[in-house]
Amino acid sequence: MSEPTPSSPAATPPGGLSARQRRTFLVGSVLVALLALGGIASVDMSENLVYFWEPRELYAAGDDAYGAQIRLGGLVKEGTLQWDEGAQELKMVVTDGQADVTVHATGAPPQMLREGIGVVVEGTMTKEGVFKTDRLMVKHSNEYRAPQEGVETKELYKTVEGLE
Amino acid sequence: MISLLGRTLVLAGLGACAVGAVAGFVGGARKDADALRITRFMANAFGALMIAATILMEVALVTHDFSVSYVAEVGSRATPLHITLVSLWSSLNGSILFWGCVLGGGTLAFTRHVRDHDPQHASYALGSLLSVGLFFAFLVAGVANPFAATEGVIPTDGPGPNPLLQNHLLMIIHPPSLYLGYVLMAVPYAMAAAALLAGRLEATWMRLLRRWMLFAWAFLSLGILLGGWWSYEVLGWGGYWAWDPVENASFMPWLTATAFLHSAMVMERQGQLKGWTLTLAMSTFLLTLLGTFMTRSGVFNSVHSFTQSSIGPVFLGFIALVLVASVLLLAARMDALTASDTATDEGVVSRESAFLLNNLLFVAFTFTVLLGTLFPLIKEALTEERISVGEPYFNRMSLPVCVGILFLMGVGPSLPWGNTTGARAWSRLRLPLRAAAVGAVIGAVLQAGPWAIATFAASAFALVVTVHELLEPAQARVTSLGESLPTAFLAYAARARQRVGGYIVHLGVIIVAVSIAASSTFKVQRDLPLTVGQEVSFEGYRLRFDGMRTDTEPHRTAQVATVTVLSDSGTLGVLEPKMNHYKQMREPIGTPAVRSGLKEDLYLSLVRVSADGTTASVRAMVEPLVAWLWLGGLVMFGGALFSLWPRGRAVVAASAAQVAPGDDGAARPAK
Repeated sequence: MSEPTPSSPAATPPGGLSARQRRTFLVGSVLVALLALGGIASVDMSENLVYFWEPRELYAAGDDAYGAQIRLGGLVKEGTLQWDEGAQELKMVVTDGQADVTVHATGAPPQMLREGIGVVVEGTMTKEGVFKTDRLMVKHSNEYRAPQEGVETKELYKTVEGLE
Repeated sequence: MISLLGRTLVLAGLGACAVGAVAGFVGGARKDADALRITRFMANAFGALMIAATILMEVALVTHDFSVSYVAEVGSRATPLHITLVSLWSSLNGSILFWGCVLGGGTLAFTRHVRDHDPQHASYALGSLLSVGLFFAFLVAGVANPFAATEGVIPTDGPGPNPLLQNHLLMIIHPPSLYLGYVLMAVPYAMAAAALLAGRLEATWMRLLRRWMLFAWAFLSLGILLGGWWSYEVLGWGGYWAWDPVENASFMPWLTATAFLHSAMVMERQGQLKGWTLTLAMSTFLLTLLGTFMTRSGVFNSVHSFTQSSIGPVFLGFIALVLVASVLLLAARMDALTASDTATDEGVVSRESAFLLNNLLFVAFTFTVLLGTLFPLIKEALTEERISVGEPYFNRMSLPVCVGILFLMGVGPSLPWGNTTGARAWSRLRLPLRAAAVGAVIGAVLQAGPWAIATFAASAFALVVTVHELLEPAQARVTSLGESLPTAFLAYAARARQRVGGYIVHLGVIIVAVSIAASSTFKVQRDLPLTVGQEVSFEGYRLRFDGMRTDTEPHRTAQVATVTVLSDSGTLGVLEPKMNHYKQMREPIGTPAVRSGLKEDLYLSLVRVSADGTTASVRAMVEPLVAWLWLGGLVMFGGALFSLWPRGRAVVAASAAQVAPGDDGAARPAK
């Protein structure tokens, strides 16, 4: 048996830990650590949620919508798409048929962006009533057939995720 | 014809599995040699049949036999041959068949391996493995049958595989590598189950178990890395990791497998942590099942999930079954195993403690990733509200853990097994701590964020320890035998493969960590409007847009932007980001162009082109050290293979003739 280590606390029995103590220590510390971690994680997670909303859900959320990270899905409303090449600014209205949201995007829009197409934009709603985004995703058909116009917006998320 | 034959092969495989699984459990319970013989025969039959079915599917794909539904789904006469060959895993049903094929191959190899092992262990392990096989054969024969006959009129041509999967050669090696990693985790699982069923765990069985885990781990690592690389080279957003559920799905079993590989060392050396180590092995397989479910059932949508399918509920049922069986087994048999755990005399400052902490961190890491991945699913199931957990959550939760793990990579090897004094530990850590300070200063000078600074410091710390651990034994030979350093190192490395391989993996991890910290901290991105003939400055480069070109291939046409990259010293080269138009798709898919270097990558992604081709928008990025990520990953893979490589006879003879440290470098050279 080796001598007790000077650096170890008095709680360590001379000769170190037995297998059973070690197991208890292990299981106990895992549980405590996981509990603590679960607490921290859930707090952190609630601060970092991204909401998948359509325009009407965005308005329904009221003041909660301001500042929250939102993935807004809808169709680009006909006659609203404006792309300013010089300023690299894009303005458009995203609609779900019931509500409209004005969206300002920075950066060049993807080639396939056009009016009437489904888009998902990730960003935040400002108090001025403008949705600001720097991440624009166009509905992408994986299914090898022309997407129908007026497609169910919930379906949009399914085809754009993962392509970014 | 092929439909019928394929279905027959799969059904025969299913039958072999069923008989073999029952015989295996009976053989284990009764210690019956005849039952084991039947099990082995059935295991070999299952392996051969699954491989034969897969080859048959390849034949159907290559000969464009559109009467087979899977070929009609993913085949196309315009697709090049090499893409047609890999179409096997480009859609759901084929990928499940491929799963079965890899499992079949693993079963064949494992059946050979267990010949010389304890018959009871072999019986139980093969029985467990074939039970897993049974499930996958059932999927291939039923809900995910790729051999189903095409309904209605047989088409003369098909749509071809998903264009995103045709865009890069990495698509040919990423999936098989990941599959090897995922699927072969079933073998350690079966071996752990066998040890629990038999109620005993011997060193030889444990060694085989660890080697299988390491093999699967190596390919899982490579697969994850190649997936990141593919994402970087193909998707055009300039990143390689986004905490996407699918990425997380592959990362979680990697974490628990890594924890296993470390706790297995404590177990083999000290005879402790048996239950814990087996729990990790079993959790790893469960997480790979969860991962397969998440990527293949359509609950998450990404490039990996193909279409909605009925496979989900069946899969969930199987996961639940394996989970319950594993928990029951562990609960019932843990005591039988741990009774033989030896009491030892190590203190708090010891390598064992570092390993325990390492395990805690890996499990904590797995837990946080699991929470963030599953929370949106649970929330949607309960409230029908769709949310996702943002990247900041994962980054914030993982950074401290990663830095802690890197730091422990330095602490663990510095501490001896058993017991040491604080003073002795301190003397070994002084030099690495100085290196850590240097790393921190470099990070601070470069104005990195606090976590990047911590990563550089921990990496420098671990690097010094790792290099020291690699060179110290060689140095000892130089002193005692008068060899030159390279000769001494090679001679030592050949005899201590496991140890040297392990430290090579650590080197790879350090390289990867530094690369991730640097490329994510110092990345610069800007959208550049380009006009033909004009030059634009970007991060020390000058980019000249020379115009658009159209390339036509049988299955696609590409709009190619030609951008000449210049620096003050002259022309550096030409980058050609593209936009590909596939016949069967309306929307184009971009292919970025990357100028890769050891210092940094210049990354151009074509966003849009004007109708006349005179102006274009390019997303330009500069990412430092990103190439080191792939290099570090290959070092990790190479280290694992080095560790696994069978010792040659000459080397075994040579090391037997000498009194030398054992295979795992058991004896630290005496000082």
